[in-house]
Amino acid sequence: MAGIMAYGGYLPAHRIRRSRIGEALGTRPGAGTRTVASYDEDTTTMGAEAARVALHGLPGPEEVRGLFFATSDPVYLDRSNAAAVHAVLSLDPSVPAVDMCGAVRSGVGALRAGLHAGAPTLVVLSDIRAGLPGGADERDGGDGAAALVVGTDGEVVAEWIGDAARTEEFLSRWREPGERHSRHWEDRFVEEVHVPAGRLVLEEALKSAGLTAADVDHLVVAGASRRIAAAVRAAAGVDEHAAADDLLDSVGETGTAHLALRLAAILDRAGPDEVIALVVLTEGADALLFRTTGLLAGRRSAWPTAAQIEHSSDDLSYATYVSWRGFLPREPMRRPLPPQLAAPATRRIGAWKLGLVGSRCLACDTRHLPPQRVCGACRALDQMRPDPVAGLPATVSIATVDRLAWSPNPPLIYGTVDFDGGGRLQCEFTDTGPDGARTGLRVRMAVRRTHSRDGVHNYYWKARPERGEQY
Amino acid sequence: MADRGITGRVAVVGAGCTRFGERRDAGADDLLIAAANEAAASAGIDLADVDAFWLGTFGSGHAGTALSKPLKLDNKPVTRVENFCATGSDAFRNACYAVAAGAYDVVMAIGVEKVMDSGQAGIPFFEFFDDGTAVPHTPPGTFGYLATGYAQRHGVADADLRAAMTHVAWKNHRNGALNPRAYFQREIPKEVIDRQPLLAGKLSLLDCGGLADGAAAVVITRAEDARRYTGKPVLVKALALAAGPGTGAMDPGHDFSSFPEAVAAARSAYAQAGIHDPRAELSFAEVHDCFTITEIVLMEDLGFSVRGTAWKDMVGGVFDRDGALPVNPDGGLKAFGHPLGASGIRMIFESWLQLRGEAGERQIDNGRTLALTQNIGGDPGECVCLITILEGPSR
Repeated sequence: MAGIMAYGGYLPAHRIRRSRIGEALGTRPGAGTRTVASYDEDTTTMGAEAARVALHGLPGPEEVRGLFFATSDPVYLDRSNAAAVHAVLSLDPSVPAVDMCGAVRSGVGALRAGLHAGAPTLVVLSDIRAGLPGGADERDGGDGAAALVVGTDGEVVAEWIGDAARTEEFLSRWREPGERHSRHWEDRFVEEVHVPAGRLVLEEALKSAGLTAADVDHLVVAGASRRIAAAVRAAAGVDEHAAADDLLDSVGETGTAHLALRLAAILDRAGPDEVIALVVLTEGADALLFRTTGLLAGRRSAWPTAAQIEHSSDDLSYATYVSWRGFLPREPMRRPLPPQLAAPATRRIGAWKLGLVGSRCLACDTRHLPPQRVCGACRALDQMRPDPVAGLPATVSIATVDRLAWSPNPPLIYGTVDFDGGGRLQCEFTDTGPDGARTGLRVRMAVRRTHSRDGVHNYYWKARPERGEQY
Repeated sequence: MADRGITGRVAVVGAGCTRFGERRDAGADDLLIAAANEAAASAGIDLADVDAFWLGTFGSGHAGTALSKPLKLDNKPVTRVENFCATGSDAFRNACYAVAAGAYDVVMAIGVEKVMDSGQAGIPFFEFFDDGTAVPHTPPGTFGYLATGYAQRHGVADADLRAAMTHVAWKNHRNGALNPRAYFQREIPKEVIDRQPLLAGKLSLLDCGGLADGAAAVVITRAEDARRYTGKPVLVKALALAAGPGTGAMDPGHDFSSFPEAVAAARSAYAQAGIHDPRAELSFAEVHDCFTITEIVLMEDLGFSVRGTAWKDMVGGVFDRDGALPVNPDGGLKAFGHPLGASGIRMIFESWLQLRGEAGERQIDNGRTLALTQNIGGDPGECVCLITILEGPSR
């Protein structure tokens, strides 16, 4: 039985009210909010966070035998972004990690490829939608990621029961490499292509599964405006009640990630034996059908997207938003930039730097973060075992707000956190302001982009406040 | 484990120190030339009479040539020393050992730093190729841990700790106002210190020692030869250096209310000098007040105050120039300024003046002949500490 073995979503801790965009630019105020990746987040870090959530749903990450990473906003070209996600997850080096970047259709393509892979495969979809100020992508887009572990071993929470595809070469949205924003053809023309294509693939997928439109319990139409999505549903004859929350009011349209984020939101609450239809409209259309199983109730995501939205702030200012997206360059601090990265030094410390794997003394059981060779407690030499701590909660023991230190988003907030089960780490804090960092705060670790220099983006772990995790 | 020390075997017979501050007029070379010649003149010798040199600089030069080139030394041994903010005092320590070993008759320890050319706040010179896992913290940030840690451990209210930190800044500026070589030579009212915006943690700009340009130098000989150079030599009673395991930031048991390195170095130094009650036996101390909270914590680590009480002693005036144990009578890092590689030797320079009765308006006259100097190099939880104890002539 092929299908979804585990899943997880990731939404940033920040949202901006669309009314604030209108207030700042003097344009028509929109309703609701969109999610905003923080200054230290990108598609790689968000994808890694979603993948961490998804892997919580598996008995062991060693089950994963492949990784596909898809985004329309890759951090690097030429260099693999999937490999960074692989490193954050501490997957075995024998697991291939492959990028599928560029077109939005890469997302559903990665999911298809995973379903066909024949072995449990982690599909990570992540996107940042940053259009020009005042444009539709800025208003309607959203930032987020979702990850699905798909496989064929029978232990699935949702069985893959049908699919269909159609490819249509036409001009709807486009962006040249290096450009910061996409351009669009008019929506009414796009509708003329998308509605029949979506209807066609949905009908074909239902037919391949021996189902009819009436059997659909949850319908997702991704890659489309609300009007087009409604038109596809109506054309295919699916009941209006099956139209799942499109997340457009709270999150926005998250590009490559959107189909999986919406699927995750459905899986967070669906019952057994329910049919979920995914329709993704891009240069053509894809339809994928799933039926939930009895395993779902016991294997839901340990960090539901609804909880993430609940534990996020919608108080972001427009000036901060455009600064974070690079549309409002700020005067840099009169401080030296962090040093250049040395590739060999970075590789040597890779398991710690990206995997947050510390060491624990075999002689006296003391945990060391970062890993040490000589025990700080009993001085034993090379008596250490690897001790991963990325998934452990911790408590802030000392916090400092430093207005002198270099930061891409001053002030720099840092201190020490003490992990449950032992060990202390000095690290930066993120997703919290100067008033939020204090002794006793419960935190989780998140991998973030700390700084960029010479075209190299540095990833390392920071502590962030808890946000309703159930693990 | 041996820790014998060289008590009484070497003496300081000459000392020099430039004016500290934003020395736009002088490069590192100029500062070295000034301090070296002043120290030599003070010992009544020529630089050519110096057998060997130890140059302490954190980042204002590399190798012995940083000194031999500006001074045009003719193939003399010159060692460059670096040990963070204990750089100058470690140059002094190693120079003393060379004399005690009998390798040389007359040596010079000299420290210099030229930091104010960078155009940026904070300590320049940090530029390594690295692995990207370092938090780009600053000294005010990490020393700010002390204020939080100290208050948490001893239950000190914010206002009380603020009053004690303010007293440190007020006291050291008051002392610096009497020091013509100090960077900041004016008093600052407590009300002004109290209302500064926070820079890092509980620390404001006026809680920070002032980075500065400057140089200081001393001439060292065997104790038995000292009176050939001066009638009032200053004996070296103790030299103690402790480099910690650096586990503070990875050990949940470390509470950032103390420097274990300072406790260890003090234990060694007091044993070498035969001191049992430092608060009663020392005439004064020059300690590493890189931040106001550092000085408070050090009062406990050095045994001047009972644990948890230094903040009260500070506010009570115990460490004022006319208090029971004057601390930083020259203004300290706070007002004299902090040229990293020179600061340790600057403390010995002040001790030289005070113990010989040459400190002018800020002269301490409590009848005691022992002085302590102390430096912290690094961050709380990961540092070195160097302590010297010096003895002047009875006056």
